[in-house]
Amino acid sequence: MRPFDYQRAERLTHAAQLTADADTLALAGGTNLIDLMKLQVETPQTLVDIGRLSLGEIADEGAGKARGLRIGALATNTATAAHPRVRADYPVLARGILAGATQQLRNKATTGGNLCQRTRCYYFTNIDQPCNKREPGSGCGAIKGIARIHAVLGTSPHCIATYPGDMAVAMAALDATVEIASENSSRSVPVRGFHRLPGDTPERDNVLEPGEIITAVTLPAPVGGIHLYRKVRERSSYAFALCSVAAVIALEDNRFTRADLAFGGLAHKPWHDPRIADLLIGNEPSLALFDKAADLLLEDAQGYGENDFKIPLARRTLAAVLCEATGVEP
Amino acid sequence: MTVHLKQDAPDERNVLDFTGQSVIGEPLSRPEGLLKVTGTATYAAEYEVDGCCEGVLVTLPVVRGEVTAIDEASVLSMPGVIAVLSDERMTGRPAQGMAGEAPFQPAKDVCYWGQPVALVVAETFEQARDAAKHVAMDWRSEQAPLDPAAVETEESESTRQGDLAHAMAEAAHSVDVVFTTEGHASAAMEPHAALAQWEDGKLTVHASLQMLKFNRAELADSIGLEEEQVRLLSPYVGGGFGSKLGVSQEVVAASLAAMHLGRPVRVVMSRQQVFQTVERRSETHQRIRLAADAEGRLTGFGHEARVSNLPGESFAEPVLQSSHFLYAGENRLLRLEVARIHRMTAGSVRAPGEAVGVQTVEQAMDMLAEKVGIDPVELRLRNIPDKHPANGKPFSSRKLAEALREGATAFGWEPRPRTPRHTREGEWWIGTGMASAARVHSVVEAKARVTLRPGGTALVETDMTDIGTGSYAILGQVAGEMLGLVPDDIEVRLGDTDLPPGSGSGGSVGAASCGSAVFLACQGLRKELAERLGIAPESLTLKDGFARWSGGQKALTELLNQEPIECTGHFEPGASTEDMAVSSFGAFFAEVAVNRWTGETRVRRMTGAFGFGRVLNARTARSQCLGGLTWCIGNALTESLLFDPVDGHLVNCDLAEYHVPVNRDVPDLEVLLLEERDAAASPIQAKGVGELGLCGGAAAIANAIHDACGARVFAYPMTPDRVLAAMPET
Ligand SMILES: Cc1cc2nc3c(=O)[nH]c(=O)nc-3n(C[C@H](O)[C@H](O)[C@H](O)COP(=O)(O)OP(=O)(O)OC[C@H]3O[C@@H](n4cnc5c(N)ncnc54)[C@H](O)[C@@H]3O)c2cc1C
Ligand code: SF4
Repeated sequence: MRPFDYQRAERLTHAAQLTADADTLALAGGTNLIDLMKLQVETPQTLVDIGRLSLGEIADEGAGKARGLRIGALATNTATAAHPRVRADYPVLARGILAGATQQLRNKATTGGNLCQRTRCYYFTNIDQPCNKREPGSGCGAIKGIARIHAVLGTSPHCIATYPGDMAVAMAALDATVEIASENSSRSVPVRGFHRLPGDTPERDNVLEPGEIITAVTLPAPVGGIHLYRKVRERSSYAFALCSVAAVIALEDNRFTRADLAFGGLAHKPWHDPRIADLLIGNEPSLALFDKAADLLLEDAQGYGENDFKIPLARRTLAAVLCEATGVEP
Repeated sequence: MTVHLKQDAPDERNVLDFTGQSVIGEPLSRPEGLLKVTGTATYAAEYEVDGCCEGVLVTLPVVRGEVTAIDEASVLSMPGVIAVLSDERMTGRPAQGMAGEAPFQPAKDVCYWGQPVALVVAETFEQARDAAKHVAMDWRSEQAPLDPAAVETEESESTRQGDLAHAMAEAAHSVDVVFTTEGHASAAMEPHAALAQWEDGKLTVHASLQMLKFNRAELADSIGLEEEQVRLLSPYVGGGFGSKLGVSQEVVAASLAAMHLGRPVRVVMSRQQVFQTVERRSETHQRIRLAADAEGRLTGFGHEARVSNLPGESFAEPVLQSSHFLYAGENRLLRLEVARIHRMTAGSVRAPGEAVGVQTVEQAMDMLAEKVGIDPVELRLRNIPDKHPANGKPFSSRKLAEALREGATAFGWEPRPRTPRHTREGEWWIGTGMASAARVHSVVEAKARVTLRPGGTALVETDMTDIGTGSYAILGQVAGEMLGLVPDDIEVRLGDTDLPPGSGSGGSVGAASCGSAVFLACQGLRKELAERLGIAPESLTLKDGFARWSGGQKALTELLNQEPIECTGHFEPGASTEDMAVSSFGAFFAEVAVNRWTGETRVRRMTGAFGFGRVLNARTARSQCLGGLTWCIGNALTESLLFDPVDGHLVNCDLAEYHVPVNRDVPDLEVLLLEERDAAASPIQAKGVGELGLCGGAAAIANAIHDACGARVFAYPMTPDRVLAAMPET
């Protein structure tokens, strides 16, 4: 760990102002950042503790039929998963969060920190290994190495890392929006567009610019339907997803009327492919249809040896989720 | 006074069965339990010592090479840095268990990725950790073999009897399969740590170690001191699982730094360093051949294994250990080969040998049962040999058949040939599987001193360690039983080389070896008390602080008459364990659910039935077995060291990515402790229990996976991708 300065932000604008400096990072729950600092993967000069800002609220957004939910950037994962409205109206989010990490970690982890958590790529976290994400231009250790947990969708020759989290996958299925503030302005970005693909700048995980702070994630008005979060992993808890599927499904007269799907563990971002909903909606559920959906999803999938298994696994997990949601018997 | 016994003959009529206190075997709580769960037991790194400075190991990111220069000045100007130590006595590898001498190679000569080469010492831990990352060094590096499958191997062991190939050709039923298992980490909770102090020519080190008398010799030899100059203290050890059998790099480095600086120095390995530098369990490649007649009686048994280690290491994962005697078969071929590759030292990790060697045999046996068309339990029962199949020695005591039968009953095992996919619950295929357990027994020389104090209490002292196993509890119970005292009246002091040298904890030798030393010491005390009463020791009953005999009773305090009496028990293994085949046995039963879509496997329940001689404490013994069963789950489903194919570094080196089972993976576990006395095993008729619970159980899970969904997976761990790849479609 490199010595660093610690500052406590009193106001949002203050935090934004400070984090405009490239060597300054915001500290929320610290469950990811501190670990990476100990490994000298992150070496900020200054930490700005945003923990005292009043960004922890979970509150209704809008009213009546359009009543969504605004989850503050500092709301803990535990608080979000336990919130009555999350449980009643957005169960896919509660399930997604509870499928992640452990109770202790979720008690500390925050909405903003979870969105910004960095990849678990083994080469990224070992500073004696080449990694374009950590040190642009140094190469990618994983491509020729142990790529078991790596991406099969949207990879680049520069980086094959995944975004490892669960919460954001559920949020992508829900088509939530990330609210972002900087010193003088604010903007919002759909969760589906918040994380980036690595391309030739894998050092950038997401679209946040220096000096931007996440203030909240807003969920649109509830759409009902069947909410599922399915996470495949080697052990039953405290492991990241080999593959995960978040699904919000609705049927009328045995035809899909809604099929909002997002995938985790497969790419540098929660993966959402609008063509899948287009394919499914209006059709009767069947194994053949699910297979076609998987064809679309995996059309451009590429394995790197160790992680080849993720391609058939994603197909089967998608089928499992769709069977569970629709009652189709395999 | 000293009582010495080299056990050359079985001890059939055992004093412990005639004493009256009735504490031996009782499920008593461990006396130090409260300290541990309240965080007040002090572990090696936790001592507060004035003027203590902090050391962090500097490691080199190459797999083979040599450090040619270390530029100390590069970090000496950093805040708080006191020194950079690259003493040539620093060790690059840990010592193997019971080595008793300096580990093999110097730190400068780098043989595996991440080997420690120097130590940075600073005023604070944070300063030292930062500086350790900044030490400028020159080194040469070279290519080195990394893949055990791609190098020539050396033969480490080979036994041939009859003609296996012929037996295979003639067999009514045969199985010929190759299994692989991946490397394992001990993954003890407490990281390796040492706090060294050098005062007046004496070195005192608080360390996290399993076998102090050996460790003292290893440390003294490493740094060039007399053993008498070294005192090691490990009263509490937060798990070892083999990784703390021998002194590792931090102990030597902390000691040298303390001597060099004249200040106390603490060195704690980071979690990553623990994974990268202490002993690993070798990956294995195993071919099993079974030849059987039409009824499934074995006529041939073959077990050939390849393991790996660094050049120069004598340890070879003893995969065949129990294969020599578990099952019959007159035509036998057992061969063990070692590939020399550059991964960190391979050594003893949780039940070395059997932990990975029995599960392959047991999976092959399941396949044989399928071919013969009989119940897998029945197949085992048909193949229990009368005597050791290789050397003809009789078994001292063996509860294998009882374990199979009683385990099956307790589990509710359906005695039938297995046909997969008989039960499905929603997405989950449900199946059951079983396996035998076997673990060789050994004992080592041990001493313990027991003092009867004037107040009628007793003190038990030995340098034995308690690595979470229950040593404090059971040694107190042996003494309590022998001296007629309630456990509260017994104080047990462990983990200090100033005390008589015990066995240490490792290879499941501790309870039987040190328990016997305490037993012998108490026999000496009983004799002394009997003499004072003028009666024969056999006529003496000690109970609740009173001495009783046919003619009367007297309080112990009265007999002691204000003076303590003290006796040292000295146990040495002798011919009794050489003339017989002495082992612990058991059986495992498992029920699993395998997801038809994803291949995820969850263990739903497990039963283990174990016979390991006298049970000294039913609670701690059961806990040991629960731990073993838990490791079976890890071994079967999740645990695997991953090495980079390009530069050979260990890739998954923390507890987030090296997957030991977590709470949710561990279901209802049932443990049956079988009543057994093994008169040849040790003077207290006990054998080792710690490791038995993990010797074969992974196969019960593997066999249950097959029974559930029809997938035969030949590679451990059986991760979802492997199960899916083997799962028949439809
Ligand atoms: C062992 C382990 C297992 C885990 N398993 C899972 C799992 O299975 N699934 C899963 O989803 N997660 C898992 N996690 C990750 C965990 O969810 C994240 O560590 C956590 O969500 C991060 O939140 P935090 O508030 O602690 O972030 P911090 O560590 O404080 O910050 C993380 C990053 O986000 C930035 N940041 C934080 N808040 C803001 C903000 N408001 N605006 C801009 N930037 C911000 C920080 O600068 C930093 O770069 C696991 C973590 C560990 C250690
Ligand atoms: S996959 Fe990405 S994060 Fe991993 S080593 Fe390659 S560049 Fe770095």
